[in-house]
Amino acid sequence: MNRFAALFVKELRTYLGAPSFYLMTALFLLVGGYGFGWSPATYLESSLEGFLSWTGFFLLFLGPALTVRLLAEEEKMGTLELLLTSPVKDWEVVFGKYLAALAVFFLMLVGSFYFPLLLIGFGHPDAGPILSGYLGLFLLGAVVLAIGLFSSSLTANPILAYVLAGALVLFFWFIGLAGSSSGQGTQMVLQTVSLSYYFPAFSRGLIETNALIYYLSLTAVFLFLTLRAVESRRWR
Amino acid sequence: MIRLPPQKIGTHDFTAEGTAMIEAEKLTKYYGTHPALVDVDFQIEKGEIVGFLGPNGAGKSTTLRLLTGYFPPSRGTVRLAGFDIRTHPLEVRKRIGYLPENVPLYKEMTVRSFLFFMAALRGLNGKRKAARVEEVLKDFMLHHQAETLIHKLSKGYRQLTGMAQAFVHEPEVLILDEPTLSIDPRQVVRVRERIKAYGRSHTVVLSSHILPEVALICDRILVMDQGRIVAADRPERLAAALGGPSVYEMEVTGEEEAVRAAIEKVPEVLKIRCTGEGTERRFVVEGRPGKDLREALSSAVTAAGFTLLGLTAKEMSLEDIFLRLTRHKEDKS
Repeated sequence: MNRFAALFVKELRTYLGAPSFYLMTALFLLVGGYGFGWSPATYLESSLEGFLSWTGFFLLFLGPALTVRLLAEEEKMGTLELLLTSPVKDWEVVFGKYLAALAVFFLMLVGSFYFPLLLIGFGHPDAGPILSGYLGLFLLGAVVLAIGLFSSSLTANPILAYVLAGALVLFFWFIGLAGSSSGQGTQMVLQTVSLSYYFPAFSRGLIETNALIYYLSLTAVFLFLTLRAVESRRWR
Repeated sequence: MIRLPPQKIGTHDFTAEGTAMIEAEKLTKYYGTHPALVDVDFQIEKGEIVGFLGPNGAGKSTTLRLLTGYFPPSRGTVRLAGFDIRTHPLEVRKRIGYLPENVPLYKEMTVRSFLFFMAALRGLNGKRKAARVEEVLKDFMLHHQAETLIHKLSKGYRQLTGMAQAFVHEPEVLILDEPTLSIDPRQVVRVRERIKAYGRSHTVVLSSHILPEVALICDRILVMDQGRIVAADRPERLAAALGGPSVYEMEVTGEEEAVRAAIEKVPEVLKIRCTGEGTERRFVVEGRPGKDLREALSSAVTAAGFTLLGLTAKEMSLEDIFLRLTRHKEDKS
């Protein structure tokens, strides 16, 4: 546990010590503020829908940006050799990094709490949709960060990893649309594996079991794949 | 190619399992179809400092990486302290300190925080961790650089930082890939001393392509070339076994041609060169290896009526041995 904590803390400190984190947080808040300010729902229903839909989409680009460095850079700089020849388990390396990314993303969400505070100050918002909306955003973030980490484990080139992560994330976001021209059955199947299909419900205050299961299992799948990719260098 | 029989030297303690500290059997590693290492066998005992010596691409780093379990062998086995690297990788990794080639470091960290991190990864904690970090900072002359970001360090200090992280948890086995590369000469002496002192009670495996380096530090040298071990012995015995005193320098009074003629009478003499003028004149005589010709040479010149002022046998330097062992390709062509 000591080793795991060391990995987590080191990764967290790297994030917080880099200017890029603050730049990304600023962008996140800027995009969120734009969605918040321009959406009629903010004024008519005192809801966070505008903020959530804009930041939800922005997350597709932010998530990879936060994570692609994590393993690709270790590979590029050769420091992965230090990690993998230390008595740490591979899952400790993967989860230490993942949790650090998740923690940093959580900090960004905390930074955006002034949007709901504005709603409370100037209107009478419903607490339910705000909480469920943030839960949805956090879960979507969990998926996107896992996809980013997985891409990062495949290459030593962070830019390539970013492109790969972006492609994967957009694929899972838009796959639901691909079925719109095909038959009813196909469309349903494609929608149920689409990230975007589940997201709007969260901002309406609905926490659906299948949405929870889908987001969490997709996260688990990509973390598992990351673990296998890291392990694979032990038998390649 | 000159091949020496593998030699075990001295009596060493064995680990509890009744085996050597490191045992490699038929180690083979392919990168794709390119064989980087072919059927390499060696044993390293506790308290031994062993150096892998060879030109670039000889398979030194590959061998060291196989010992650390960074990647697995294509064939063959490695056991460290009795633990098979394939079946008990964590047990092996708990026992090693490793300095990889090119010294990878987290550049955004300070020296001290990096060492703290590495110490924690290797399982140290609390007061012991803090104490050990301060010790290695001092041991490797890094205490003035402790709060410097690693990317601002000079190459030499980065190398020292890499060394410090390998030593920090006092591992049973130290594995150092090119340990003294780019360290400045004054500090190299100190680093060598550190390695030697540590090797008295622990096992040290290092690689280098710098000959005097391994000769100075190591108890035993394994010379590698093209993925094989081509010779293995103590530095001084390596020289003796391969060369013997085969080059002699003579100072003789008298006419050059006449002296040459006298020396040529010794049947084992292969070549005579004359260097310098006047009092600086020396005859450099090459003889067949394996036999000391000093007696024959001195009686040959004195019998011819010349005065022998000096005669020294020059041993083959390690450089010569190294070149001899690794130049077989050109020899064949």
